[in-house]
Amino acid sequence: MQVTMVSVALKQGQVTPTELCQRCLSLIKKTKFLNAYITVSEEVALKQAEEAEKRYKKGHSLGDLDGIPIAVKDNFSTSGIETTCASNMLKGYVPPYNATVVQKLLDQGALLMGKTNLDEFAMGSGSTDGIFGPVKNPWSYSKQYREKRKQNSHSENEDSNWLITGGSSGGSAAAVSAFTCFAALGSDTGGSTRNPAAHCGVVGLKPSYGLVSRHGLIPLVNSMDVPGILTRCVDDAATVLGILAGHDPKDSTTIQDPVKPFTLPSLTDVSKLCIGIPKEYLTPELSSEVHSLWSKAANLFESEGAKVIEVSLPHTSYSIVCYHVLCTSEVASNMARFDGLEYGHRCDSSVSTEAMYAATRREGFNDVVRGRILSGNFFLLKENYENYFVKAQKVRRLIANDFVNVFNSGVDVLLTPTTLSEAVPYTEFIKEDNRTRSAQDDIFTQAVNMAGLPAVSVPMALSTQGLPIGLQFIGRAFCDQQLLTVAKWFEKQVQFPVIQLQELMDDCSSVFENEKLASVSLK
Amino acid sequence: MAAPMLRWCCPGRRFAFARVGCGSCHRRGPPTGSTSNGKRGQSTVAQQPHITAQKPRKGEREWAAVVGLEIHAQIASNSKLFSGSQVHFAAPPNSLVSFFDASLPGTLPVLNRRCVEAAVMTGLALDCHINRKSLFDRKHYFYADLPAGYQITQQRLPIAVNGSLAYSVSVGRKPSQMVTRTVRVKQIQLEQDSGKSLHDDLRSQTLIDLNRAGIGLLEVVLEPDMSCGEEAATAVRELQLILQALGTSQANMADYEIQRQINELENGGEILNETRSFDYKLGCTVPMRDKEGKQDYRFMPEPNLPPLLLYDSGSLPPGADPQQVIDIDRLRERLPELPRVTRERLVRQYGMLPEHSCALLNEVGLLEFFQSVIKETRAEPKKVTSWVLNTFLGFLKQQNLAVSESPVTPSALAELLDLLDRKAISSSAAKQVFEELWRNEGKTPAQIVAEKKLELLQDLEALEQLCRSTLEAHPHVVMDLKRGNPRAINKLIGLVRKATLGRADPTAIKEVLERQLSS
Repeated sequence: MQVTMVSVALKQGQVTPTELCQRCLSLIKKTKFLNAYITVSEEVALKQAEEAEKRYKKGHSLGDLDGIPIAVKDNFSTSGIETTCASNMLKGYVPPYNATVVQKLLDQGALLMGKTNLDEFAMGSGSTDGIFGPVKNPWSYSKQYREKRKQNSHSENEDSNWLITGGSSGGSAAAVSAFTCFAALGSDTGGSTRNPAAHCGVVGLKPSYGLVSRHGLIPLVNSMDVPGILTRCVDDAATVLGILAGHDPKDSTTIQDPVKPFTLPSLTDVSKLCIGIPKEYLTPELSSEVHSLWSKAANLFESEGAKVIEVSLPHTSYSIVCYHVLCTSEVASNMARFDGLEYGHRCDSSVSTEAMYAATRREGFNDVVRGRILSGNFFLLKENYENYFVKAQKVRRLIANDFVNVFNSGVDVLLTPTTLSEAVPYTEFIKEDNRTRSAQDDIFTQAVNMAGLPAVSVPMALSTQGLPIGLQFIGRAFCDQQLLTVAKWFEKQVQFPVIQLQELMDDCSSVFENEKLASVSLK
Repeated sequence: MAAPMLRWCCPGRRFAFARVGCGSCHRRGPPTGSTSNGKRGQSTVAQQPHITAQKPRKGEREWAAVVGLEIHAQIASNSKLFSGSQVHFAAPPNSLVSFFDASLPGTLPVLNRRCVEAAVMTGLALDCHINRKSLFDRKHYFYADLPAGYQITQQRLPIAVNGSLAYSVSVGRKPSQMVTRTVRVKQIQLEQDSGKSLHDDLRSQTLIDLNRAGIGLLEVVLEPDMSCGEEAATAVRELQLILQALGTSQANMADYEIQRQINELENGGEILNETRSFDYKLGCTVPMRDKEGKQDYRFMPEPNLPPLLLYDSGSLPPGADPQQVIDIDRLRERLPELPRVTRERLVRQYGMLPEHSCALLNEVGLLEFFQSVIKETRAEPKKVTSWVLNTFLGFLKQQNLAVSESPVTPSALAELLDLLDRKAISSSAAKQVFEELWRNEGKTPAQIVAEKKLELLQDLEALEQLCRSTLEAHPHVVMDLKRGNPRAINKLIGLVRKATLGRADPTAIKEVLERQLSS
């Protein structure tokens, strides 16, 4: 069920914010094994629900999100609520302020259910590399997947074969997918919102760089980070974007022009649309199933009258290497502040300040983070700067220009896969190291971050294994609305199936006497 | 307010200046990281001016000293360069620290408009080219009072470049023999200050005060065009005056600091045959650390700040919000009279000597004091200049007071000079009145003159009478005079003055005596 519809139900008193909140809390408890949440802010959420309830009773709701449960990735600063980035370095760190996006959601009356799990400092593509352990994909427990597995006569222990969510915003994707909240914030630096969205069968939006404030988002790569939005439908993503978008005086990289809230039109005619299919995205690693769905999607647009053309983004193959240089360089710089002095972890050593720094950072960061810091500092050395950093910046420009050229040629939206394949089992995933996995998994997503464009992953269909596959739409810079309008049309055509977590849900729905209430939060 | 201080910068090529917190250790620029090098790690840190002597060819006797400078001036602004924290001197430690200043994760820099304007105005005053687009960079090093692990500065493309600074130095023996020299200004850049480390050696602790962290600095880089410490000191002094005139920096270095800097510069100014640095704590020069210890700052563009764009009236985008854009031409219109122009005007307007115009500007508030006196008195400008620079400034110096702390107001001095001008009192009486005024007992010069009976004898008949009785009482002096001793008249004048209690003008006495003697 769409957020705006829940909002109507709240207004009509069919359900109260407190009931909604309690239902989500109980689902969070039931799905604890997914490890989607690092912190569940039960008290905060219930108190917010109580206040929302008062407002609804008076008929003064704050808007579409008033009383709606949401979750926030644990790399957004939340005042008074621990914010860890899934790192020992920030274990126990309680920020004294809210990220702008968090504040905007709270100002709208949204209920903060908790902080979601991720890879340490958002460095990863599996949500497997944080100190709180990996996030499990709710689809591992879905009726759809389990039935397929039975058919394929898998005899292994089911529990050991759970699937990864993708990442790094896997906690947020799982939280939305498992109905524990209606929307969640992720962050997207190279695909961290879209990748888990695709694996978890939800919508994952990466807005244009500069459209949404980064203030309070603990950075990975400042020049590419964007707060991401994970929802169960495109309309919800648009609703949340409408609230988050706009200039923030605390973030100098946000656009000055005012952004008006919007609702997406329902497209009936796509004949004026031009969809570009970048030929470079047809890589040998692309699974045949994703490939065939991608073609099917292109055909769908074509059959409905849209112009579908093959386009070229010639510098695509250099993108991931370039991304690696720029990402690690900024990481090296951004991580310099974690020295154990002002906040966060501090080691016991008191030999000297330098020894304290070294030990603190060794204890505080995992191998992935330390590895990226090391590479980044190497690229920034005076003797390497020109050969690596400056070159990577030039390549970045070429990549951005590729997109500009394609859009200038008349293409409205690009259609690509989001991931190479559906989600893989954890045991499979960890056979390769974080760096290899990130390079593979960000392949279709990171170029968009380099160019600052908006992109959205929309679930299209289930694979033969019964797992979701998402496709990515990429729009012109700051044409997020147009992008979402196309995504909404597509969503309507494909009718992606609802995840069936019946075993989990059955117990829960008994909480409510009223059948209707149960359906409110269960779509 | 922290005071300026020398510091090391570009090895062997320039002196460097930085501000230092009173009574605390100060560090400008990053440490080497090695604690074995004592002058960097702890309290001494970077206050070493450098000088290089260029190696002469064989047979040449003279060494040529080359001095360049990097000067850090704290921008006069109510808030910090990238945060809304207030800027106050002597606030309780860590009381002026925003989340950004403490580098809490997720915080972002927001550029302070006032600091940009200050940099542009300084650039204009120094005839710089103002870059329409400038960039910010991160300079990385680990230090306890640098919370982010990097300083935001302008390394690649600073806000202003290629200017010049003219200053006057006296040559030869006479102070009035002044020549104008010019030093090229390489660039002016905006950057953040660091926090302050207070080292407690007893408990081997370092205490960090972040009040200063993030305050905006103007770094003015002067090319090595100066040839001695004195030149460098004069150039810095001139820059200080310019910054104060612009109001872009209070640049209120304490006097002892200036003196100490000059001393240091002059110490460093001796000709050396190796690259050495001046160690402030040791009070002598020491060989500079070797190049292996040089730190790689791993400069990187600051990704959270878009390029800083400036406009002029020609390029101003139509309909631009004046709060969002900076118009260089409008700042140019706001430029005040610069010190050099002021001095030229004083020389022209009041006929004073160039060194007097310098002296008036060299003391904060002295020029304003002088101009107030001039406005209220009928006395000649020359007289006013002499009184302000000799008597008034002398008293201030003696008691180590600033002009603003003077017990004598411009009006009081003006009134005193009026009395002197219409010969109501003698010069010596005027000095006496001034001393009384300095005691600040709330009396006007006229009251003091009346109370102390200091007014000159205006009654000519009374004077005639006194002269006559003096001549009668001292016949042998009159005889002496008549015998041809010309000095005898002075004795008579002295006697009459004594009789008037010093209130008669000696010239007037002489006139009367000579008339009476010849009749």
